[in-house]
Amino acid sequence: MSKKKGSSNVIRLAHGAGGSLQEELIRFITKNIPLKKVNNGIGVEELDDGATIPLKNYEKEIVVTADGHTVFPIFFPGGDLGKLSVCGTVNDILMMGGDPIALTSMIIIEEGFEFDKLSKLIESLNSTAKDANIAIIAGDTKVMPRGSLNEIIISTTGIGLKDSKIKIEDRNVKVGDKIIITGTIGDHGTSLMASREGLNISTELESDVALLSDVINTIKNFVQGNFIHAMKDPTRGGIAGALNDWVNKSNTSILIEEEKIPIKKEVQAICDMLGLDPYNIACEGRALLAVDPTHSEEILKKIQSTPLGKDAQIIGDVKADNPKRVLLKTIVGGTRFVDMPIGEPVPRIC
Amino acid sequence: MDIPGIKMLRSKEFTKQIISSINSLVKNIKKPIKFMHVCGTHEHTISKYGLRTLLPKEIEILSGPGCPVCICPAADIDKAVELGKRDNTIITTFGDMIRVPATNISLAELKAKGADVRIIYSPHDAITIAKENPEKEVIFFAIGFETTAPLIGYEIQSGPPSNFSIICAHKLIPAALELLMSQSQLRIDGFISPGHVSTIIGMKPYEIFAQGYKIPNVISGFEPNDVLLSISMLLNQLKNKRSDTLNEYSRVVKPEGNLIAQKIIEDVFSSVSSPWRGIGRVYYGGLVINDKYEEFDADKKFDIKIEKSQDIPPGCSCHLVMVGKLYPYECELFREECTPINPIGPCMVSQEGTCSIYFKYHS
Repeated sequence: MSKKKGSSNVIRLAHGAGGSLQEELIRFITKNIPLKKVNNGIGVEELDDGATIPLKNYEKEIVVTADGHTVFPIFFPGGDLGKLSVCGTVNDILMMGGDPIALTSMIIIEEGFEFDKLSKLIESLNSTAKDANIAIIAGDTKVMPRGSLNEIIISTTGIGLKDSKIKIEDRNVKVGDKIIITGTIGDHGTSLMASREGLNISTELESDVALLSDVINTIKNFVQGNFIHAMKDPTRGGIAGALNDWVNKSNTSILIEEEKIPIKKEVQAICDMLGLDPYNIACEGRALLAVDPTHSEEILKKIQSTPLGKDAQIIGDVKADNPKRVLLKTIVGGTRFVDMPIGEPVPRIC
Repeated sequence: MDIPGIKMLRSKEFTKQIISSINSLVKNIKKPIKFMHVCGTHEHTISKYGLRTLLPKEIEILSGPGCPVCICPAADIDKAVELGKRDNTIITTFGDMIRVPATNISLAELKAKGADVRIIYSPHDAITIAKENPEKEVIFFAIGFETTAPLIGYEIQSGPPSNFSIICAHKLIPAALELLMSQSQLRIDGFISPGHVSTIIGMKPYEIFAQGYKIPNVISGFEPNDVLLSISMLLNQLKNKRSDTLNEYSRVVKPEGNLIAQKIIEDVFSSVSSPWRGIGRVYYGGLVINDKYEEFDADKKFDIKIEKSQDIPPGCSCHLVMVGKLYPYECELFREECTPINPIGPCMVSQEGTCSIYFKYHS
């Protein structure tokens, strides 16, 4: 038989792009960790947005998340690396059903990085932390020789607290659930791609990077009542990655309807032009929710009442047939699969 | 950014009308029908919008050799890899090309090992890189059909810097269609002809199919209702026993094509018999750079010899998939050993490759 010619013995960029290659890399790194969780909390194996540490005597759990933030360019339309770092951390805690309390930040800087730029990033990091009402309680700084990294990396640990009885997990998605998206998809990745050197697409499109705190706070009752079965912010890998993650972990299938998925005209146009699938493109201020169908309309209305959630929609249903697959009813009425994205999205040639 | 009528081309109501006309035409024709498209973007539209699930079962849509990345011979990629290994070289190419497996390693693997391989969006970017790096040799790996050839031709005419050259791996579509016609076992009832290529070459090169081979063909656009309309236009011809070249994509394609682009191609390149990956040598199926521009021909500028290359690895069926003789899921490696993560054959790599599209959108 033929050998696997495509497999490679080096790490490629696509290993970090949120698709199935990334999953392979994470499994490679984590497979031999001796202790993968604390008591019966959520641990590494679940590959969820974060982990939990149960506090037996208090009916509470500590929520812990870890995130490394890199973005090019570091100042982009609608935000910068500082804002992105705090939003990413806070959103991950929220997606586990936790209340964000504190974060630590580790900043690795390339020799030669300008103080002016650093000052802007720190300012943005602090003001976003203020908006999120989250404390920055510890950190570390390293400076690396020129050329050993690209400008700056911020790595955070997020700490939150949640009631033990709240069960919001990827594997908890149930047949019959309604799928809600809290806003338009693909804004972040598309605006970055358009602003990158070489494309010269002029657009006013901005990244959607934002704190999801207001959106989640408005549906707190439903979180407490366990009517929300799973939440996920579709960052790298986009909604295709997030939904595939859900169907794989919960052994269900999800049918989404193309005409219900909110997408900005600019995002659609840029994606069409570059041959990119907006379902694979990162959002940084959106959440996907799998919710109990009896409360889905109420939850949707609550989310729509917040400024960030005004474009929220119910985009599909969780089903039992075709387990582990995400299906899409297309705008012209055909049906097709939506697969786990494979690596970095690259524009096509013609 | 709206194109007039674009909403109609994605309108569900219009789709329903076309499908109902397709259904009644098929009832009239009363036999199984095979249409072939020869453009990766058409397969993309068909799969992305689930169009096959809307068509009656009598109509089969085959995917022909229309993915420029897939039909690029391994030997040409090997050349780019060899040049990329040398000091002071920068290899530039289009995004899809870098992951295609060659005889040993792909350009993506070469990049991961430290070579300077850059994805660009237009040949002009390669010129800019050459100007910014005068101490380095900048090589553009030029692939694609009639659509991309004029862009690079224009750059060559405009006098690029002396540290710039191209590996010319351009191919020509009508020649490949003719080769397909000679493969009698395919029995194609009509061609959905490529809109982008036709924008450049116009309608004339297709006349031989309508007149010589008596095969209807319709030049089609890329929106879902474009493709469905083209299918109904083909069926109409079958019903009326006609074989014409019709233009569904008239909002873009002019009958004479783009004369300026045609002139550029003629000035910079000559058509020659040329190898297509998985298909073999195609009579007048590729382009080489004319002698007057030979200083920009990487083949002549650098001494690179590729001793032995392998287009189709053992077990891979890309050569059959490319000419519509096999569906990807009929290949024993599909989804098992060959996946977009570990592509064994070229059709599993590009977003326009039939296997990759089937992996993504079909069960």
